[in-house]
Amino acid sequence: MDADKTIDCVGLYCPMPIVKTAQAMKELEPGQVLEVLADDAGIKSDMPAWCEKTGNECVSIDEEGDEIKVYVRKTG
Amino acid sequence: MSEKMTVIVFSDDLDRALAAFNLANTGASMGMEVTMFFTFWGLGVIKKERVARGDKSFMQWAMGLMKRGSARRLKMSQMNMLGFGTSTMKSMMKTYRMPSLQEGIALAKEQGVKFMACTTSMALMGLTRDDFIDEVDDVAGAATYLGIASEGKVNLFI
Repeated sequence: MDADKTIDCVGLYCPMPIVKTAQAMKELEPGQVLEVLADDAGIKSDMPAWCEKTGNECVSIDEEGDEIKVYVRKTG
Repeated sequence: MSEKMTVIVFSDDLDRALAAFNLANTGASMGMEVTMFFTFWGLGVIKKERVARGDKSFMQWAMGLMKRGSARRLKMSQMNMLGFGTSTMKSMMKTYRMPSLQEGIALAKEQGVKFMACTTSMALMGLTRDDFIDEVDDVAGAATYLGIASEGKVNLFI
């Protein structure tokens, strides 16, 4: 998936990937997609929860080995 | 209007303070308007490293000596082991790139989390606004806290 911006949260634990996602999303325009690279399993449930609360769209969560790639589309 | 979240920080244990700031920072990231209310021992979390002698009674002065406070000096509630446990935990947190308490405080401020200090606890401990770090927005009482908390969706006591 093509992303407009990527943030590397590999090696970071809760709540930092979420905090960094919130910060990065501020710089995106509605419709743009953020790619979050992470390896803390918590993000698999945290990101959908964050999106639900903030009204953004969690497009997909892909796992490749230890690395988790999350795509979030800014809607609000 | 955004949802509100409040956190009462009652304890000056490092582990509890870390949990309080982790949750406050997550709440702020989720778009919530977060207020942290520091009371009783929790005032130690926001104390400056050096607190002026000020207008304290002997007991207040002695208590201040025994519990000097400030984010850098806080100890864990368990396994402190004369400071060895706490410093080991701090270095482990660094290894795992987890934010220190000081970083958590800075991040909270950056995200617009409001810090309030309890006036009754301040009087009891002989502390004034000047004894706290600049990040503290306001001093207030229980009614102010409850006014905010009554509109809060998440209200925690840590």
